[in-house]
Amino acid sequence: MLDQIDLSMVDWARAQFALTAIYHWLFVPLTLGLSFIVAIMETIYVRTGNPEWKKITKFWMLLFGINFAIGVATGIILEFEFGTNWSNYSWFVGDIFGAPLAIEGIMAFFLESTFIAVMFFGWNKVSKGFHLTASWLTAIGANLSALWILVANAWMQSPVGMKFNPETARNEMINFWDVLFSPVAVNKFLHTISNGYVIASIFVIGISAWFLLRKRHVLTAKRSILVAGIFGLITSLFLAFTGDGSAYTVAQKQPMKLAAMEGLYNGSNGAGLVAIGILEPSVKPGDGQDPFLMKVEIPKLLSILGYKDSKAFVPGVNDIVNGGYKPWYVDTPEEEKESAYSVAQKMEKGKLAIAALRDFKTASKAGDTIMADISRKQLEENFPYFGYGYLSKPESVIPNIPLTFYSFHLMVALGFYFILLFIVVLYFLNRGNLEKQRWLLWISLWTIPLAYLASQAGWVVAEVGRQPWVIQDLLPTIAAVSMIGAGSVKTTFWIFAALFTALLIAEIMIMVRQIKIGPKDGGQ
Amino acid sequence: MSLLSLQQYWWIIIALLGSLLVFLMFVQGGQTMIFCLGKTELEQKMIVNALGRKWEFTFTTLVTFGGAFFASFPLFYSTSFGGAYWVWIIILFAFVIQAVAYEFRSKPNNFLGKGTFDAFLVINGALGTILIGAAVSTFFTGSEFAVDKLNLTNFTNPVISRWKGPASGLEAVLNWRNVDLGLAVFFLARILGILYIMNSVDGEAIHKRSYKQLWVNTIPFLVFFLAYVISLMLAKGFAVNPETGQVFMEPFKYWHNLIHMPVVMVLFILGVLLVLMGIIRPLTAYAKCRTKGIWLAGIGTVLTVFSLFLLAGFNNTSYYPSTSDLQSSLTIMNSSSSHYTLVAMSYVSLLVPFVLAYIAYSWWSINRKKITQEEMEEDSHAY
Repeated sequence: MLDQIDLSMVDWARAQFALTAIYHWLFVPLTLGLSFIVAIMETIYVRTGNPEWKKITKFWMLLFGINFAIGVATGIILEFEFGTNWSNYSWFVGDIFGAPLAIEGIMAFFLESTFIAVMFFGWNKVSKGFHLTASWLTAIGANLSALWILVANAWMQSPVGMKFNPETARNEMINFWDVLFSPVAVNKFLHTISNGYVIASIFVIGISAWFLLRKRHVLTAKRSILVAGIFGLITSLFLAFTGDGSAYTVAQKQPMKLAAMEGLYNGSNGAGLVAIGILEPSVKPGDGQDPFLMKVEIPKLLSILGYKDSKAFVPGVNDIVNGGYKPWYVDTPEEEKESAYSVAQKMEKGKLAIAALRDFKTASKAGDTIMADISRKQLEENFPYFGYGYLSKPESVIPNIPLTFYSFHLMVALGFYFILLFIVVLYFLNRGNLEKQRWLLWISLWTIPLAYLASQAGWVVAEVGRQPWVIQDLLPTIAAVSMIGAGSVKTTFWIFAALFTALLIAEIMIMVRQIKIGPKDGGQ
Repeated sequence: MSLLSLQQYWWIIIALLGSLLVFLMFVQGGQTMIFCLGKTELEQKMIVNALGRKWEFTFTTLVTFGGAFFASFPLFYSTSFGGAYWVWIIILFAFVIQAVAYEFRSKPNNFLGKGTFDAFLVINGALGTILIGAAVSTFFTGSEFAVDKLNLTNFTNPVISRWKGPASGLEAVLNWRNVDLGLAVFFLARILGILYIMNSVDGEAIHKRSYKQLWVNTIPFLVFFLAYVISLMLAKGFAVNPETGQVFMEPFKYWHNLIHMPVVMVLFILGVLLVLMGIIRPLTAYAKCRTKGIWLAGIGTVLTVFSLFLLAGFNNTSYYPSTSDLQSSLTIMNSSSSHYTLVAMSYVSLLVPFVLAYIAYSWWSINRKKITQEEMEEDSHAY
């Protein structure tokens, strides 16, 4: 039996979770968006009675089905990996985190799985109206499932609506609505699903562009581009809007993540936003060197976006590690209102909180109520820093800055590019000469992988940027793991890596063949 | 409601989901029968499509079962999944390969070939049922683990649930009783699969083979099931002192549970009888009712499994016992979520009847016409 946490086990557990999440997130966004696009197309078919729209609907539905199955396959692993890889986490916050997962199953998964069968197999078995309803309910079910898992994820980034109970040694929910409607949850949900809508729109436009390049299924392609172009333009603007909201909540709740996103080592009042930049690879936190080889900065914009105030102080990595600055966060703890603690101070407080928990449990067992009350008070005072007690050094709170920085900037740049693409495509479609713009059709086709790249970059920002925390400030990754051998996790990592890769290749090959067959007979 | 009432309510929900899952594993059982019941490619396609229109219900029920367990009894989730690692991982693996198999198997250019995806279905059908049965059996036979919440205050190793078993969960399949229940579930799933295929596929040759296979699978099912029930009734069980919470071994504990909970006994006997009636119905009923056995056997399965869950968790019993540290055993009292969370979740559970209603309606809409050869030849989305 291990006496200490096996650090390689932590790394492999993280790697496995990241692998599963990356693969899952390759398929889910398309499901989220394409389900709505298909439902819109079917609605047009039902309203107009035009069989061409039925053909279009069935074609995109076929691609939706191929993608859906593999999304489901990778999803089940994620749910159970919370238990297999992160058992301590499952107990520490299971009282709060488990609820959204259960609600997701009851409220969303059954809706989705019930009506998807009607959607695929009900064309000749149920009425047009019921079939259309089933298509919409499938889309709503898919998006509802995203709601609950993202509420759960948001809670990890900004734990609210709960209280630590020393009797049970875990966090317990005290306000469900705070969990559901926390600003982080609302922004994360809206930003993530709108990302799915944009990916699906680009997917439809890109494949339709290929048809136009080949001069095949021209009417189907144009009509698909019309639906996807409008849907994509609206949702990409919304994506930018919710991105701003997400960045604001990051500034308020996860200042270290914001500093990493911006490559901001030393904070300042009226901080500027780095629009484009190249980091100096050799720079380390605290060494005082300029972290950028080059950058283009927009003055004061980071302070405005993060704190709605052009004079606001945005702390950098070094400020957060060393403390001593005046925080501008809305809900700064009372004792840090004038001067933020250093990480070393927080580690001391975290260790006090953990020791107080031990004293409380010991005193309670011995029936010493006075000692138990003293320990409980000490625990409550220091609990906001509980997770820092497990850290070995202050620098542990710094995530991978280059990865977070470049992912963030790539995501933002591509996001704006997508808006431009939708506008240009719709412009030429409206003028009636889109099929003559071959350069644009090629760009549209090759934008499909860029959409996936932007989406994955978004998750890298969200998940790498929050390291080392599983639960912000309360539980670091190292304290959240299960007590299993690294060899077991390593073995299953490679098994799932091989399996998911094989299935991805299969999906792409099937999808490409179906696209080549085209919508003539609704695929095969 | 008191905390205890909520814990009991949620154990009932878990039992209901678990029993529905076992019923819905007719999909898994049917997958292992594809090549026994279908001798031509078209027949096999009809069977695969009959099952393939329901696989997501089984899958979703498994996911919801896991989610509900996590939300209501997080210490079980933490202890079992983080400890019995390999059993759960293999089960998950079996379900991952199933999820894509239906959609991909008959699609051109599918990279791995139709045979591979069909093999995935068979692997899922066999491994999924046997291992889930074995895992549930540990609710009665116990596992090797220790739970100490004080570990959270250990800076270098704060893990509270520590598995003591030598094979990270695989030791479960070295216990003959666990394997016994696994095999009973496997053959029950095959029986349910046959009955479902008879109910939903229109094909004389398939039906003829189904009659034969029904008996071939019923005999081992009865042997394994009866052996398990008898061993369960005779075994020592993991009892809990309601005053102190201390866990101790009690001879004939699960027999006592049956005696002390007559409603559960009635449900159990009724369930077993309905399963048997479902099995013999195809041979005794009027021609047009012969395909309805799935409903009797299905309801019987739900009642039987439901009552087994209640035997494991109610009447001061540890539902997830530890054989290496008896006092670490999990009960519905010491492993549940807080009062607030259970109440919040209980409001959500009020949606369950609504969910069941729309599932029933959609099921009826799709299944009212049996799958025919013509449909397979015409349907562009057939698996």
